[in-house]
Amino acid sequence: MMRVILALFALMLASAPLRAEEVVMGLSQNRVSITANFDGSEILIFGAVKREKPLMADPLEVVIAVAGPSEPVTVRRKDRRAGIWVNNAAVEIDAAPSFYAVASSGPLAQVLRDTEDLRHKITIPRAIRSVGAPAEVGDSQKFTEALIRIREKAALYQTLEGAVEFREQTLFNTSIALPANLTEGAYATRIFLTRGGEVVAQYETAIEVDKVGLERFLYTLSREQPLVYGLMSLAIAIFAGWGASAGFTLLRQS
Amino acid sequence: MQIYLPIAEVSVNAFLLLGLGGLVGVLSGMFGVGGGFLSTPLLFFIGIPPAVAVATQATQIVASSISGVLAHLRRKTVDLRMGTVLLAGGLVGAGLGVFVFNYLKSLGQVDLLVRLCYVLFLGVVGALMFFESLRAIRRSRAAGGVPAPKRRQRNWVHVLPFKMRFRTSGLYISVIPPLLVGLAVGVLSAIMGVGGGFIMVPAMIYILGMPTKVVVGTSLFQIIFVSGFTTLLHATTNFTVDLALAVLLLIGGVIGAQIGTGIGLRMKAEQLRILLAMMVLVVCGKIALDLLLQPGELYSIDIVVGA
Repeated sequence: MMRVILALFALMLASAPLRAEEVVMGLSQNRVSITANFDGSEILIFGAVKREKPLMADPLEVVIAVAGPSEPVTVRRKDRRAGIWVNNAAVEIDAAPSFYAVASSGPLAQVLRDTEDLRHKITIPRAIRSVGAPAEVGDSQKFTEALIRIREKAALYQTLEGAVEFREQTLFNTSIALPANLTEGAYATRIFLTRGGEVVAQYETAIEVDKVGLERFLYTLSREQPLVYGLMSLAIAIFAGWGASAGFTLLRQS
Repeated sequence: MQIYLPIAEVSVNAFLLLGLGGLVGVLSGMFGVGGGFLSTPLLFFIGIPPAVAVATQATQIVASSISGVLAHLRRKTVDLRMGTVLLAGGLVGAGLGVFVFNYLKSLGQVDLLVRLCYVLFLGVVGALMFFESLRAIRRSRAAGGVPAPKRRQRNWVHVLPFKMRFRTSGLYISVIPPLLVGLAVGVLSAIMGVGGGFIMVPAMIYILGMPTKVVVGTSLFQIIFVSGFTTLLHATTNFTVDLALAVLLLIGGVIGAQIGTGIGLRMKAEQLRILLAMMVLVVCGKIALDLLLQPGELYSIDIVVGA
């Protein structure tokens, strides 16, 4: 029995080096703290390719994707009805990341094959999951495009082709700019090594984005003790109103 | 200086918010309007999510209204009795309004209805006030600088029963019209998400015949309670009151309200009314244009809450 286990163990060890190339990576920070004066953040992602075999002829490429927490969104379109523009058709998108950045060492069309993109959901349109649109909306694709367009304008979705610096087929690094209007959660960071468009190795980690200090306190209070929070808001409002009035009276008298 | 708002989850310039609060505060003190009809669209414009903007500026309005009311109380230009009667009608109206709002929400298109409400009421109120004030100014000019004779209206307001004396306003009228005015404003303010000052002020001047100087303080008095009620409602049901945003807005707001009250007391009543009328018309025009012109981006994103 012991022998069998040992044999299995040996086999597993032997099978590991079959993956000729592996990713080793690091982050400049694996935690982003949202403080009161948070103004966006830049994350440096770097790493190396660990290989046991000599370099192959075909060059390696690197694709890095950072995705914020996904949430369902509704995309609405305005139409002209009786002379005024009103929200008409709406498409619900089941899961759209609140933030998404994909960086690569070359043009994505060359670096990544469509089938691989589909499997790993790497590019922005693939990262958005939209199951079905209502039957009366024929052009649901346009709604997804609009979502991408609006969020790209807000720098929430970024396609950074060629932004990954890849040296000697071994060392790579890139930086991702996180905008100021970030939501909380685990930001999945994935690194793919591709050769000829096929993914040959991948690595995944997460960057935690959290509110801290006063931001954390206010947020938690507003969710868990809404009545206390509401009364506190009112108390501050009343005090501020009275304070300003009293202050100005003093100012005039002096 | 950028500041990250914990509930709105956006980062904005703190001085921009202080300035915005201050501007709204000045208007609030001058005209007795909460300023909601102005600050809500401005907050949308700088990127605050609409739900957070509507809820938070209610908090700010409480602060600037209190600041304004205290300034008016010192000058004895608040009719507390009239304010209480209006408020009684207003709270009943607000309850009714929330009911109507939820009914419209179930039908969809509540956003459009709110906008149409804005255009209709701002347009009518603004135009009426503008032409009336213009006439008043012409009349006082024609009389060679002598103030226009006090209008002694004798309309339906003066023949109803349950008469009550409102000493500060110098009125002896039935309580039914103020109650109805309060009720109507309460309904509208719940639907439109504003304090309702811009409807209340003209209603008090033209329907109840109150003197303009008293109207401002009395309107502010009433707005404190309606907005306070709204704040609590938003905080407990939608979790959309952003305290950091509110504090920044209200610091600017309370200071602005004090300055505005001072300016308002130095101006002539007709000038005050014509300025308010022009501002109401500008906002109305802006909203109407948004509805009529083709928007640059036809699509909009709504994050599904609670899913």
